[in-house]
Amino acid sequence: MSGQTRTVTIEPVTRVEGHGKVTILLDGQGQVSQARLHIVEFRGFERFIQGRPYWEVPVLVQRLCGICPVSHHLAAAKAMDLIVGAERLTPTAEKIRRLMHAGQVFQSHALHFFHLASPDLLFGFDADPAVRNIVGVARQHPELARQGVLMRKFGQEIILATAGKKIHGTGAVPGGVNKNLSPAERDAFLSQIDQMLLWSRSALQLARDYTEAHLDELAAFGSFGSNHVALVRADGAMDLYHGGLRAIGPDGATLFDHVDYQAYFHYIAEEVKPWSYMKFPFISSLGPESGWYRVGPLARVNACDFIPTPEAEQARQAFKAASGGRPNNLTMAYHWARMIELLYAAETIRDLLHDPDLQGHDLLVQGERRDEAVGLIEAPRGTLFHHYRVDRNDQVTLANLIVSTTHNNTPMNRAVTDVARRFLGGATVTEGLLNRIEVAIRAYDPCLSCATHALGQMPLAVELRDAAGNLLDRRVSS
Amino acid sequence: MSAAREPRVLVLGYGNPGRQDDGLGPAFAERVYALALPNVTAEADYQLTVEDALTVTGHDVVLFADACLEGAAPFTLSRLEEQSGGSSLDSHRLSAGALLGLTRALFGRAPQAYLLALRGYAFDGFEEGLTPQARANLEAAVAAVGPRLSTGALEAHQPAP
Repeated sequence: MSGQTRTVTIEPVTRVEGHGKVTILLDGQGQVSQARLHIVEFRGFERFIQGRPYWEVPVLVQRLCGICPVSHHLAAAKAMDLIVGAERLTPTAEKIRRLMHAGQVFQSHALHFFHLASPDLLFGFDADPAVRNIVGVARQHPELARQGVLMRKFGQEIILATAGKKIHGTGAVPGGVNKNLSPAERDAFLSQIDQMLLWSRSALQLARDYTEAHLDELAAFGSFGSNHVALVRADGAMDLYHGGLRAIGPDGATLFDHVDYQAYFHYIAEEVKPWSYMKFPFISSLGPESGWYRVGPLARVNACDFIPTPEAEQARQAFKAASGGRPNNLTMAYHWARMIELLYAAETIRDLLHDPDLQGHDLLVQGERRDEAVGLIEAPRGTLFHHYRVDRNDQVTLANLIVSTTHNNTPMNRAVTDVARRFLGGATVTEGLLNRIEVAIRAYDPCLSCATHALGQMPLAVELRDAAGNLLDRRVSS
Repeated sequence: MSAAREPRVLVLGYGNPGRQDDGLGPAFAERVYALALPNVTAEADYQLTVEDALTVTGHDVVLFADACLEGAAPFTLSRLEEQSGGSSLDSHRLSAGALLGLTRALFGRAPQAYLLALRGYAFDGFEEGLTPQARANLEAAVAAVGPRLSTGALEAHQPAP
């Protein structure tokens, strides 16, 4: 049997396209040699955009995802700003977009915390899946669940007010925005913001307490040193809307800094592997073996020099102290970092609501037309690239999108491999293994698909097969 | 003697209209909206999410409309039971049954609910618009279910193909 492998397959067929699958390769001794997370990334969307007039793109790209359409909307709009020569937006336009983005981050992080993270954190990895879910949280922690629902709603209302619609918003247009925020809208949000800040602090405390109480356990759970890539402001501050690219190594050493993302392709390359539809990005100068990196809340909190709002900065300092001033490389620390950003988003919304520029009327600028541009934004899940070329007939001739989940492809594979090595034994797929693989994947807040949602979905299934392909065991999640 | 209050009915159609027949749910919601029934609210979205519990709880009857990959054409209408939730790898999906369970857990009650499964055929392309067969299934569903929406009496129903 030496040299032969058995295969464990975890296949959540969740949508027509866009499902994930985990394959765990065992060696002849039954030990895990490798784990592979297969994500059927959206395919063909770039071709869908090609041939369309550039001004339609910020709306069209929202077809990609119903949870984070605003991120695609803004990344595309930032690219199209440059296409129309808008090098610098008016203060009102930029602040309206920043408010829209903060609302998006707030609602997405609140949804993740309530929907995905809190069941794992509150009930533990081995809790009955029939309880370890959002309905279980709502039954046993109704106040927390209520907060999660209302925080998500608040963020969605911010999006509605700034983008015009909760889905398929039209607020950001090439060169600016098409509406400001009325005093009535502002006052409605101001009446709720203190409550949102209070709940954000509570969620942050829960995530911090959990992490600090389980440090030893989490250090041995899908954790590993990695590079981290994120946008930072010119002064090194966290900035989720605009800035230059920074990359740091596992020990915090700067790999590149303040890179103009118009030239991202000189710094980031993508590797193709035959077993995965999704590419594997890496830092070009380091190569694919050591150049892979994390993006998202963990990378952003690790990479920035400070957070420009007081409470989130205080939280960042505590986060940094927990890892001795070095980058935190715990996969499960994503939850803590995400809640720091939740508070940052709430503070940002509060500060913007007090800015009179939001009621300004100077909304659009234009300049010298370009035919190629990159738009980049820190989406809730991580760095999002939109790269376009537009011809003289205003039609898109090239579109290339690199989404957050693609950046995190290698780290998620590493996390799954680590968990499988620790928790898979024998020829039985245990509920505990299945649970823990899910927990590790959930920490990254993946967008497994921006595709369809039709009925007919299969639940999560785990199959254990021997080297000849015979089914040894099968487990389906509830 | 006062007349009985009409039931507050919500039609929630969900799916991605940019993925061909996955747009059946939103298309059904749009058709119901156009009927302008006084006690019927119609909403469309990409998927169900947690804050939909806030909307659902304010109604007596909820009809969830979604495309289905398999099953009887043109559609199947069935009573929907509350579910406990189940496992999830991302935050992008919430089943109608879990949404009902969440609604009860949060608000102490859940409306009577039905699931309209509209048979679709093409889902893989990034393309707006339904296939002709899906369009026909939509029309059949609107014709059969539309007139009964105001009453809220939506007993399980599976038309002959």
